[in-house]
Amino acid sequence: MEYMILIYADEAHYEAMAEGQMASLMADFASYTQALEAAGVLRGGAELAPVGSATSVRVRNGKPVITDGPFAETKEQLGGYYLLDCANLDEALVWAGRCPAASLGTIEVRPVTA
Amino acid sequence: MAGDAVTAVEHVFRQEKGRVLAGLMRRFGDLGLAEDVLQEACRKALELWPRAGIPDNPAAWLSAVARNAGLDHLRRAGRSVSEAEAVLSCLPAAVMEETQAIEDDRLRLLFICCHPALAPEAQVALALRTLCGLSTAEIARAFGVAETALSQRLLRARRKIAEARIPFELPPEQELQPRLAQVLHVIYLVFSEGYCASGGDTLLRADLCAEALRLGRLLPGEPEVQGLLALMLLQASRGPARLSPGGELLTLEEQDRRLWDDALIAEGLAVLALALPARAPGPYQLQAAIAALHAQAPTASATDWRQISALYGALLRHKPEPMILLNAVIACAMAHGAEHGLAWLARLEAVPSLANSHYLHAARADLLRRQGDRQGALAAYARAAMLASNAVERQYLLRRHGEMRLPLV
Repeated sequence: MEYMILIYADEAHYEAMAEGQMASLMADFASYTQALEAAGVLRGGAELAPVGSATSVRVRNGKPVITDGPFAETKEQLGGYYLLDCANLDEALVWAGRCPAASLGTIEVRPVTA
Repeated sequence: MAGDAVTAVEHVFRQEKGRVLAGLMRRFGDLGLAEDVLQEACRKALELWPRAGIPDNPAAWLSAVARNAGLDHLRRAGRSVSEAEAVLSCLPAAVMEETQAIEDDRLRLLFICCHPALAPEAQVALALRTLCGLSTAEIARAFGVAETALSQRLLRARRKIAEARIPFELPPEQELQPRLAQVLHVIYLVFSEGYCASGGDTLLRADLCAEALRLGRLLPGEPEVQGLLALMLLQASRGPARLSPGGELLTLEEQDRRLWDDALIAEGLAVLALALPARAPGPYQLQAAIAALHAQAPTASATDWRQISALYGALLRHKPEPMILLNAVIACAMAHGAEHGLAWLARLEAVPSLANSHYLHAARADLLRRQGDRQGALAAYARAAMLASNAVERQYLLRRHGEMRLPLV
């Protein structure tokens, strides 16, 4: 079963990081991704550009309405995702807990409809 | 007579449904379907048993009828007959599996009910529904919520179990400890629902206490598990003495200790003794140790309040909760003098969450009474009775208030 691992954290936190801290976080993400690959559960994933680059589209009365900004202004922003194939929720939750950003923000685990 | 027969059937349901459901869950792998077909079997049993009598093996009867209903459902849902028969073929001929397999399934079901991915308020409701066999109406009454709201809560939980695929398995090794804590919490809630609930059906409440003990025994023999078991056994031992013949709540001091159940006390003390050598005291072991000291005191005045007061101090570090705080105050007053307790209570009254707690005013009333301050005690009992929401507790406080008005002999 596939699960989306949605990574939410405060972007300001990343921006405030010293260069060395950022480098070690990136290294942690690289080895996390490797571990997911080695376990054979990785189906996809990406880091997203900062939320300042987000654009939202809504179609109202048949016309697209385009606005600057994300779906909702929140304290923590969606910064990336992994798509995992796990046996069950417990397995997905263990992987989510190992995500390097779990100690900085919140990892939301969502099953993907089959 | 018909009412009695129905009550007897409901009692059997509560004893057997948890086991039957665990077996159905194993076979069908779908909690919603397992519950639906079990409910259908119970409906048939309710029609038949009060007239024809309860079968010798009610669990086997319920399993067989529910299993057939499940197969019918699979056929109707368009699954091929061969698929339905494949499900049938993996059902044991003797219908009921060996006890150990069932108990393992019950343990798995318990961990599902207490899964942190489910809303906390849904966890205990789900445990009462699936493991203790309570009806939605009974659970709604116990929580004081509308039945429709409770059904919704259960429906959401069941849907999440299926959609997010919460596994019918024990948690992974590294998750076991934190998950176990929640399981203990839910078991104790089930027990407390049976033990503390005011009014209602006494048979139902006894069933809940018994079920909580059975669930506790399924768990691995870790110190806190043993602590919880000991605590429940020691509390249950006082069951027969807790209420007066008129149904009034009696304090430990007032209870007739000859009514305490010696066998349960002995078992509780023995289970607690198993836990203590591990030297890993947690909140359940500490509460059990407190209950053990009460159980071992031949009379109320012979209670070892100094040790109890010290244990409450340790418990407060684990659980800094208002109710524990108040019990710690009372123990301190009993051990070191009412004036110490009253001074502590005066400070607590400044805490907003406690200012209107009937427990706080009841504690103050009790200490004032012990000091011989009748006017102060009268006012405090009246205040506590006004704030109490539980009828049995309010009755107790009013009785105390009434006693204060009598001239002292």
